Amino acid sequence: MKIARYPGLLNFMNYRYPIRFSVLVVTALATYLLAPIGSETYGGSWVGYLLGIVSALIVLMLIWYGIAKRHLPRHRATKPGKRTLRHRADLWRSTQQGRLSLHINLGGSLIVFATLHTGFQFGWNIHTLSYVLMLMTILSGFYGLYAYLRLPRLLTRNACGATLDELRHEISKQDELARAHALGLSDEMNLLIRKARLETRLGGNLVQQLSGRQINCPTTSAVRQILKIGSRNIENEERGLLRDLYSVLLCKESLVLRARRDIMLKARMKIWLYLHVPLSIALLAALLAHILSILFFW
Amino acid sequence: MDDEHFKIAIIGAGPAGMSAATRAAELGVSHILLEASPHIANTINRFQKGKLVMSEPALLPLRSTMSFAAGLREDILHTWQAEIIKHRVNLKTKAAVSSISGTRGAFQITLASGQNIEAEFIVLAIGIQGNIRKLDVPGEDLPNIQYQVDDPGKFINETIVVVGAGDAGVENALALATQNHVILINRQEEFSQCNAANFDKLMLEVTAGRIETRVSTRIERIYPGTESGFPLVLVAHSAHGLEHTNCHRIIARLGATPPRQLVESFGVHFPGCDPTAVPQLSEQYESDVPGLYIVGALAGHPLIKPAMNQGYEVIEYIEGNPLAPADELLLQKKFFGVPGIQSVKDGIALVQQTLPLFASLTTLQLREFMLDSAVHVVPKGETIFKRDDYCSDFYSILSGSVTIKSSHANSETGSFLIGKGNFFGEVALLTGRRRSGTAIAGEGCVLVETPRHSMLKLLHSMPEVNRRLDDVAIRREVQNSLDSSLPDHEFEHLVKHARFINYAVGETLFCEGDKVDGLYLIRRGSVTISRKISGNEVVLAYVSAGNYVGEMALLSNTPRVATVRAASPTDVILLDAEHVRAVIERNTSLRSKLDASYLERITVDALPTDEAFSFSRLVNFLMKNGVGEATDVLLIDYDRCIHCNDCESACAAAHDGVSQLNREAGATHAQIHLPVSCRHCEHPHCMKDCPPNAIQRAVNGEVYIADSCIGCGNCQKNCPYGVIQMTTSGQYQPSNFWQALLKNATPAQKPATLGPAQKAVKCDLCQGIDNGPLCVNACPTGAAFRINPEGFFQKVGREVDLAERMAS
Repeated sequence: MKIARYPGLLNFMNYRYPIRFSVLVVTALATYLLAPIGSETYGGSWVGYLLGIVSALIVLMLIWYGIAKRHLPRHRATKPGKRTLRHRADLWRSTQQGRLSLHINLGGSLIVFATLHTGFQFGWNIHTLSYVLMLMTILSGFYGLYAYLRLPRLLTRNACGATLDELRHEISKQDELARAHALGLSDEMNLLIRKARLETRLGGNLVQQLSGRQINCPTTSAVRQILKIGSRNIENEERGLLRDLYSVLLCKESLVLRARRDIMLKARMKIWLYLHVPLSIALLAALLAHILSILFFW
Repeated sequence: MDDEHFKIAIIGAGPAGMSAATRAAELGVSHILLEASPHIANTINRFQKGKLVMSEPALLPLRSTMSFAAGLREDILHTWQAEIIKHRVNLKTKAAVSSISGTRGAFQITLASGQNIEAEFIVLAIGIQGNIRKLDVPGEDLPNIQYQVDDPGKFINETIVVVGAGDAGVENALALATQNHVILINRQEEFSQCNAANFDKLMLEVTAGRIETRVSTRIERIYPGTESGFPLVLVAHSAHGLEHTNCHRIIARLGATPPRQLVESFGVHFPGCDPTAVPQLSEQYESDVPGLYIVGALAGHPLIKPAMNQGYEVIEYIEGNPLAPADELLLQKKFFGVPGIQSVKDGIALVQQTLPLFASLTTLQLREFMLDSAVHVVPKGETIFKRDDYCSDFYSILSGSVTIKSSHANSETGSFLIGKGNFFGEVALLTGRRRSGTAIAGEGCVLVETPRHSMLKLLHSMPEVNRRLDDVAIRREVQNSLDSSLPDHEFEHLVKHARFINYAVGETLFCEGDKVDGLYLIRRGSVTISRKISGNEVVLAYVSAGNYVGEMALLSNTPRVATVRAASPTDVILLDAEHVRAVIERNTSLRSKLDASYLERITVDALPTDEAFSFSRLVNFLMKNGVGEATDVLLIDYDRCIHCNDCESACAAAHDGVSQLNREAGATHAQIHLPVSCRHCEHPHCMKDCPPNAIQRAVNGEVYIADSCIGCGNCQKNCPYGVIQMTTSGQYQPSNFWQALLKNATPAQKPATLGPAQKAVKCDLCQGIDNGPLCVNACPTGAAFRINPEGFFQKVGREVDLAERMAS
């Protein structure tokens, strides 16, 4: 059932930003193609300067978002007063969603502005470095957008209303059950269960979190091992115990997989910010150097 | 032994008795204060250690030689002790009175020790706590049977039987269960005597196996245990026959009643045979034995401050000093500026004569009532409240008139004038919803405005007022929800044959296939309409107070086509089918109105089935989680939520570092997540029991806790959704930009669990903050949104409707 009350990030306020920015982008393209370029290098032309100034302003606006996002309102009126009704046009300013939508569209259009600004003249210098840093920042942001649009749904489907802590709790309960069930079985079996209990890992280092797997997961191998043992010739009583243990372990395995997937999806949803923020700071520094070098040495 | 002679003998050194004695001492009247226990204020002495003692009613001034203000039990007792000594009160402890004889001027008091005391006047201030109900079975006086618990932490690893499932019993059982094995015995079949919060906690403990309960169980006898380790054996009759239970301790919490036998032996008469009845007294607290005065809890005033005032006043009366009541000045202010009113007496008389609603109140009760209310002289044309405002004060018209415009914006009917002696504003009071109309003052308008809290208290305690209010209110409700253009006699006809029914959550009003019994007007609460579709009950619609259900089958004269269930505690007016049909026959306008809503419902009925199923499941989920009684609830679309917790951080940053919502906790259905946060209920549970009345609803609908909160924690206990926290304020250090940059956002501070000045905090919908509510505005992906159930269900209904039309 669809109950989307608020528009999404992309279609915020009836595609207000995509429409406005495509107009700007088309204007920029037209200017670039139609404007006469003299014999001097491209960066020195008025189109080049104009596009450069616009791009720099956009970068500042993009970084302003990062600051505004972290600057939470603190003031608090003591007396109950009527809330001022928000005007629709103010939505972008007052809601985080509006600001993010603007941020995304600005970032997207910046690729065009900045690329035109380069005039396709690249080299091993600070100017190209800032351009590359900018592209990397924007691309990491695009991955973020993809993650924000795509992963929450997967996360919700995977969690089925349970939190990670609840899953962990459930897993340890299954571990305890498995331990109890294994008591009547062979030492080999008990060792297997012990290994599965102590060495099954959720999360781990960055790569492990992002992959959502454990190589040679002891729980999975225990499940396989039981199947193997079960196919041997064993007594009926033991077979019954084994069957119980198998179902407990299967249950645990599915919980473990769910928990790992939960961690994986959350990690994938966050990882890009660790690139995006440092890259944008690096970009700011490179941009400053680029502008200063132009002002002093061009 | 020599007889001692005094002018006034005061019996009982509780707040009332001490206050009387100190006043007598101050005036230099010969007196004696007799106390059965070894110390003053025995009842307060037995409060648990460190308990905060309230000073209610807050508005009433204290009139006593002694001082008293809300504070810790220990401080209050200490102050009183010092004041008794300072004023040289003639206090005699361990002096239990065994009999009183004689009359005014010559009373004989005999003490348990055999000593006799003569007195001209007696002030009886013995309260009711000395008469705790006992088990009344053989063996009730064995050691280890107790009737109170000072410190539940004292008992460890014992098997303890708690008898009595009132609040005291349940609270004891809950406190003891942390370290002991507790068995709770209830004489009744259900746990209905304790409040809802205690009930929920008890059920939680019972399901977790920490408390064992025995219902429908009557105690037969108790005998000393023979088995090692268990000093007591309890024999009880239960549904399974006689049961023997070994235990270490029995705690009986059976309440207290006025010590009727004792007081009757003094010659005082009680009205009726209800064990909780109190003796009848004159306005000067004199009983039907001349010269014997009764004050305090035994006189029916169980609060400390009024009892102390009475103690003071009774001495003045005995001394022959006419004394205006303590509230005189306050009431004078209330009536100030009202044309034609010179004194409080005039004012009270005017209220008594003009407002038939309050005719059954005595002068004393009316004074108490007016203390809470306000009198307004309203200039002509001024708006008293607007339609769709959230306020639930109750208004009575002392003079002049008021115009009520109850029409919807798009219809022209529904404006009527009400005059002197009438009341208005009862709909919002009863339903807990927005104002259904706009009230505008007429010529010479004088109003009495009564706050919701006081009005509800009055309605609960005075059935006669409730009945009179209902008589008028029901007529108005029928008028509003059906068709206000019907002639008056038709309404009389309908109302005369109406029935009133209350439903608990989940109870059915009627089932699919039932015979038609009438038209159901929903007075309070809300219902869901459902039908059986391929074997499953599918919810089709949600209907809130002020509307009606059951008209479909009534009009088509067929069995019920749907099942209607209460989604929150619901009151309905059932209009008899025969009479409604008769009225419809005679009035075409009602017919067309009912027909219109009939058609509207049919469109909802024709939903595509899988849509209907998922809608139904969602409604069931929301109803199960109490959204039915909400007015503004935060939901999170988990298909968009990136789990950044910016909602919590923003909330914390705006509220002294304490987030008032918990995103991760709470229930989820499909992609809809219901975080733990306030849903601003129609009838807020938290408001029920707030001593300083600090929880209020603002005009915009937000339920907020004002600064007058005393941190008693009642609201936290009463909230069934666990959204109220107790915190200490002023410890919040907002992080600066650079800290925030590294941490993504300000982390929510964990609320302190214990602290000196705790206060209750909860969501106030970001009251007074321009960009509120911040939880919604801080969400970067638009996953968080706030709804009210009505709008939500209408919206979903419309979307479905639209989808269907596009398909066809």
